[in-house]
Amino acid sequence: MKKLTFKKGIHPKEFKQITENLEIREVPIPPRVIIPIRQHIGAPLIPVVKKGDRVKTGQVIADSEAFVAAPVHSSCTGVVKNIGNYPTPISPSDTCIEIETEEKEEFDFDLNSNIDYKSLSKQEILKLIRKAGIVGMGGAAFPAVVKFSPPKDVHIDTVILNGCECEPYLTSDHRTMLELSEKVLKGLKIIMRAVEAENGIIGIEDNKLDAIEKMSQLVINESDISVQAVKTKYPQGAEKMLIDALTGRKIPPGALPFNVGVVVSNVGTAAAIYDAVVKNIPLYRRVLTVTGEALENPANLLARVGTPFSFLFDYLGGFSDDVTKLILGGPMMGITQFNLDVGVTKATSGILVLGKRKRKKEFNCINCAECINHCPMFLIPTKIVRFAKNSAWDKAEDYGVMNCIECGACSFVCPSNIPLVQWIRVAKARIAEIKKASGK
Amino acid sequence: MENKFNLILESSPHFKTKRSTPQIMYTVILLLLPMCIAGVYFFRWDALIRILLSLVTALLTEFIFLRLRKKDISSVFDGSAAVTGILLALTLPPTLPLSDVVIGSVVAVSIGKQIFGGLGYNIFNPALVGRAFLQAAFPVDMTTWVKPFYFNLDSITTATPLGGFKIDGVSTALNKLISGNTGGCIGETSAILIIIAGVILVLLKMADWKIPVSIIITVSVFAGILHLIDSTKYQDPLFYLFSGGLMLGAFFMATDMVSSPITPLGSIIFGIGIGIVVMVIRVFGGLPEGMMYSILFMNCFVPLLNRYTKPKVFGEV
Repeated sequence: MKKLTFKKGIHPKEFKQITENLEIREVPIPPRVIIPIRQHIGAPLIPVVKKGDRVKTGQVIADSEAFVAAPVHSSCTGVVKNIGNYPTPISPSDTCIEIETEEKEEFDFDLNSNIDYKSLSKQEILKLIRKAGIVGMGGAAFPAVVKFSPPKDVHIDTVILNGCECEPYLTSDHRTMLELSEKVLKGLKIIMRAVEAENGIIGIEDNKLDAIEKMSQLVINESDISVQAVKTKYPQGAEKMLIDALTGRKIPPGALPFNVGVVVSNVGTAAAIYDAVVKNIPLYRRVLTVTGEALENPANLLARVGTPFSFLFDYLGGFSDDVTKLILGGPMMGITQFNLDVGVTKATSGILVLGKRKRKKEFNCINCAECINHCPMFLIPTKIVRFAKNSAWDKAEDYGVMNCIECGACSFVCPSNIPLVQWIRVAKARIAEIKKASGK
Repeated sequence: MENKFNLILESSPHFKTKRSTPQIMYTVILLLLPMCIAGVYFFRWDALIRILLSLVTALLTEFIFLRLRKKDISSVFDGSAAVTGILLALTLPPTLPLSDVVIGSVVAVSIGKQIFGGLGYNIFNPALVGRAFLQAAFPVDMTTWVKPFYFNLDSITTATPLGGFKIDGVSTALNKLISGNTGGCIGETSAILIIIAGVILVLLKMADWKIPVSIIITVSVFAGILHLIDSTKYQDPLFYLFSGGLMLGAFFMATDMVSSPITPLGSIIFGIGIGIVVMVIRVFGGLPEGMMYSILFMNCFVPLLNRYTKPKVFGEV
């Protein structure tokens, strides 16, 4: 089979062998969970419980009337101890709901439900997805129901399941495909039904041969669904790159996947959608990889939303003293953390604990063009950064800075150790501010 | 907030390649060594002294300028000044007066590089700036050539293959051109060594293959057409490819990252431009050799090339 892929990109060392063969373990209920109410991109939620309320597992604790939103559910049974500001993985201080948990669990949903999704209409499916608070679990955390509701005049012909997991270290999607294969496939079928698409493609990087085989076996009798191996290359899992690799369609600047008739969803999200629609289970726990060389026992875990990182580390036997970085997500796009009490969110695909690293000296740019040769978006990072360093925001915009997907390939390859993507983030934020201020 | 583990907070990515700028510079130096050794083999002490003198002068000049500009002194050893020093020496005649070597090296690093803002900011290839200065200031010294192994011979001065052909109509055997057993600059004579080292440099992705390839193709086509028109007046393409500074220029000077284009199309146009200019100078101009001027000439166009060959953003039509 011809290797499907996109142009440019990089090959970072993978480090996946640490956890790729470890089965998903369920983490016990922690004594308390801290659930951020902002776990999606979109409208802010309002807590619908009060301090002192007793909540059941799966009960809605924060919601919004807005369309671009996903409700948050209690991940445990217990009593609301506090609603206030706590550090979260993405913010130093944000509204969270702290729940003191009880050992005996009660569920807010019917444990025996088994709905035939084929009997449901498109609208009913979307309603169930919304009710379960499903967001993109690959890291973007965009409400799934919004993604599956393109404008009326748009026809979606293909649903792509993203099983690339191109970030080094992470293996949660890999394990999900191996252990929850049925759910993933049925989740895909539900999405195809919801967006009325004719085709489904599951794209998996060819470093996960067992997952490719497993999923291929499952779809053998499905005429409208195929499993495609894509080349192991970063950022293969980026939406635009994956669509390009699998369908040859290129999303124009500023457009979204539905503009080329495609919807992309993470494999973990598909499994969660199956749970939401068929089993009526809201998204209150997820699979994540906890790994890194400073960790004694790396693992793939099934953890409840709001489980403090410290609890996960204790559960895994702690980490060594030479830890230097705690990262939410993978090493290419993850966010560093300094507080061990932040909790797992719906978008936490992994936690990475890195050991000692040498800090590298920054040199002047020598125009080596490595960043240009590896930018999957065909940008000129070094020029954009020169403009950004001189606050020439209009020029940075001329050079297409807003198209940057922030994959970090440029910073990865830069021999002068220039923080390219970091400067690009500064430029993007600044340009957005300027646009907002000028009312555009 | 308590941070008992001294966790580092940083924007992603948290991974980097091992390749660094000094590593690139030192690899270039390593790949220039064969030419240095060949130069010393052909011209003995004269070559060795000039290479070392140029190198030391370049490093000292870099040090003084970094000091004056109150920059990080450790940058002296980032390898870039050393590359300039060695490259300059390789393009000098083996018997050039030592004072000229020092002047050339000082000019290369100071005017060629530091006054533009140091590493990464120079428009022209620094070594060639130094050489161009010497060519203008000491034209006689810069065009006095000796035969290889002249210490065993009676008559020691000679013409370079290009000069000999241009002025006296004497052609040089191809095997001599390839092995380097001809009159010429310290490190430019052995085409075969330059090609081997240059190909390694390209394979290591430390030089853009598009530049030497487009130069070589352009020169071959240009010379080939002329040769077909009149083979008595114009030599065959191989003569032009393997003589003078063409190979060293194509693989090690034009590919200087700082002063070459950063866009793929820009690199190709840059290479074609060098190929055309060098042939125009060699065939129709007053000088036998034109590699230095053609590279410097095309260096001027790099900012323009970069601007007008901007690649299309992904998905842009």
